[in-house]
Amino acid sequence: MNAALRPYEHWVASYRRVWRGSVVSSVLNPVLYLTALGVGLGKLVNHGAHPLGVSYVAFVAPGMLAGAAMNIAAFESTWPVMAAIRWTRVYHAMLATPLRIRDVMVGHQLYFASRVATSCGAYLAVLAAFGALRSWYAVFALPVAVLVGAAFSAPLAAFAAWVPKETYLSAVFRFGVVPLFLFSGTFFPVTRLPQGLRQVAYATPLWHGVDLTRHLTLGTPTWGMALVHVAYLTAFAAAGLWLADRTYERRLVR
Amino acid sequence: MSSLIHARGLTKRFGSLIAVDGIDFDVRKGEAFGFLGPNGAGKSSTMRMIGCVSPVTAGTLRVLDLDPAQDGSRIRARLGVVPQLDTLDNELTVRENLVIYGRYFGLSRKGLRARADELLDFVQLLERANDQVESLSGGMKRRLTIARSLVNDPEVMLLDEPTTGLDPQARHVVWDRLFRLKQQGVTLVLTTHYMDEAEQLCDRLVIMDQGRIAEGGSPSELIRRLSTREVVELRFRGETPAVEPTVFDGQVARIEVLPDRVLLYTEDGDALVPVAHELLKPQSVLVRRSTLEDVFLHLTGRTLID
Repeated sequence: MNAALRPYEHWVASYRRVWRGSVVSSVLNPVLYLTALGVGLGKLVNHGAHPLGVSYVAFVAPGMLAGAAMNIAAFESTWPVMAAIRWTRVYHAMLATPLRIRDVMVGHQLYFASRVATSCGAYLAVLAAFGALRSWYAVFALPVAVLVGAAFSAPLAAFAAWVPKETYLSAVFRFGVVPLFLFSGTFFPVTRLPQGLRQVAYATPLWHGVDLTRHLTLGTPTWGMALVHVAYLTAFAAAGLWLADRTYERRLVR
Repeated sequence: MSSLIHARGLTKRFGSLIAVDGIDFDVRKGEAFGFLGPNGAGKSSTMRMIGCVSPVTAGTLRVLDLDPAQDGSRIRARLGVVPQLDTLDNELTVRENLVIYGRYFGLSRKGLRARADELLDFVQLLERANDQVESLSGGMKRRLTIARSLVNDPEVMLLDEPTTGLDPQARHVVWDRLFRLKQQGVTLVLTTHYMDEAEQLCDRLVIMDQGRIAEGGSPSELIRRLSTREVVELRFRGETPAVEPTVFDGQVARIEVLPDRVLLYTEDGDALVPVAHELLKPQSVLVRRSTLEDVFLHLTGRTLID
């Protein structure tokens, strides 16, 4: 663990070069989304009554938070991982030192986690400012966001290390990340999906993240439900780490 | 401990491709040891095995008296690696590159800041310490890579084609720094396909071809053993004539006929010039000393192997 903190320092140092832009977008994004969806679209959805049981802004906010965790994690763990192997060869520089492949892999995952934590922290603050959080349980939405991030960053880093070409990364966004963002209960309940698709949604990690986050921000969590969601997300992250360990080894040891 | 790096029957295979085909060598403490060879000869694969980033397929390899398969991390802690392709952090500053790299070795931040300045001074980059790496020239990046590889005070430096792609001035600066390191007792192991680089830097070298070691020794010894003292180069207008060594009455050890030239390998070039003029009527004649390049081309051939 100690050794994994050394490559982590590298990523933090690189991040310091671009942090201003990233802070702006991690505050601006939720503001824009909430204004457009919560306030704008919400007017139409709520339409006097509350068909979802709560105002639309309170419904959509946790979905967007979990979705943001996925998006940040997915972006950070795809192109940068491929770059570190193929283009900037940062991983190779690290591996010429006492660091081992696992340190390099875990160090990068730690960085993904801290990127998700800081961005989602800002996101959460914006949601609070919009009055979209209904309960103090919402503070637990932050660790949940980190877990959602890990459930994506671990398998996606494995994927990015494994695939031979950059186009696979665009494909994973087009056919994976974007559809998940739209159909995992983020903007509307999955119960509105046709039966077959609903089962698919239940199987994706994002739905578990969205559902758990929503119960937390609305103040309606139960132990059993929370445990199932956390276990599912943890299993995804753990399987991803196991895969990443293998694909990194295969790609970096020649 | 007699040798810092010890290899017997060292082999590297990638699937059915044999990159390194059972080579033996020993690198002694404090010397500069070179791997010479054309592209694809197995130099880089050998270096990567020594650097403990590529597992040995077969044979014995000991580095610093340790086994790379067991103690890779401990060995790497005592090596300085200058890879063939720069792996610098372009977005970071020159100094940050050294500090962050030093952190990979677990060195303290405080110590590293002082060490970074010392190293930047050594490679003449101190005034660029706060600039982003992206803005550096190729030669500066190379020097920075060398400085970075020294951050852990290595006992052995592994340099894979340290001056490929640099202009002559930049190459001489790099050679000068490497020479100083050698004087300080650092063992240098380098690969190159530049003969002048090998002659300048290496105490001993091996010439590799197709994964094997073709010859080995000091540069002067190799020239003595595998070439003649001098070479007479004859240039011709149009067709070069076919010649047999016998016509020179034992004065010529070997003849090489090239499309535009005939090379006569001899102990005494000046004595040969009048004879060559009379016999072959060349357009121009040049007498020069044999170089490592003559040895190299003799051993590895003139045809391109891609």
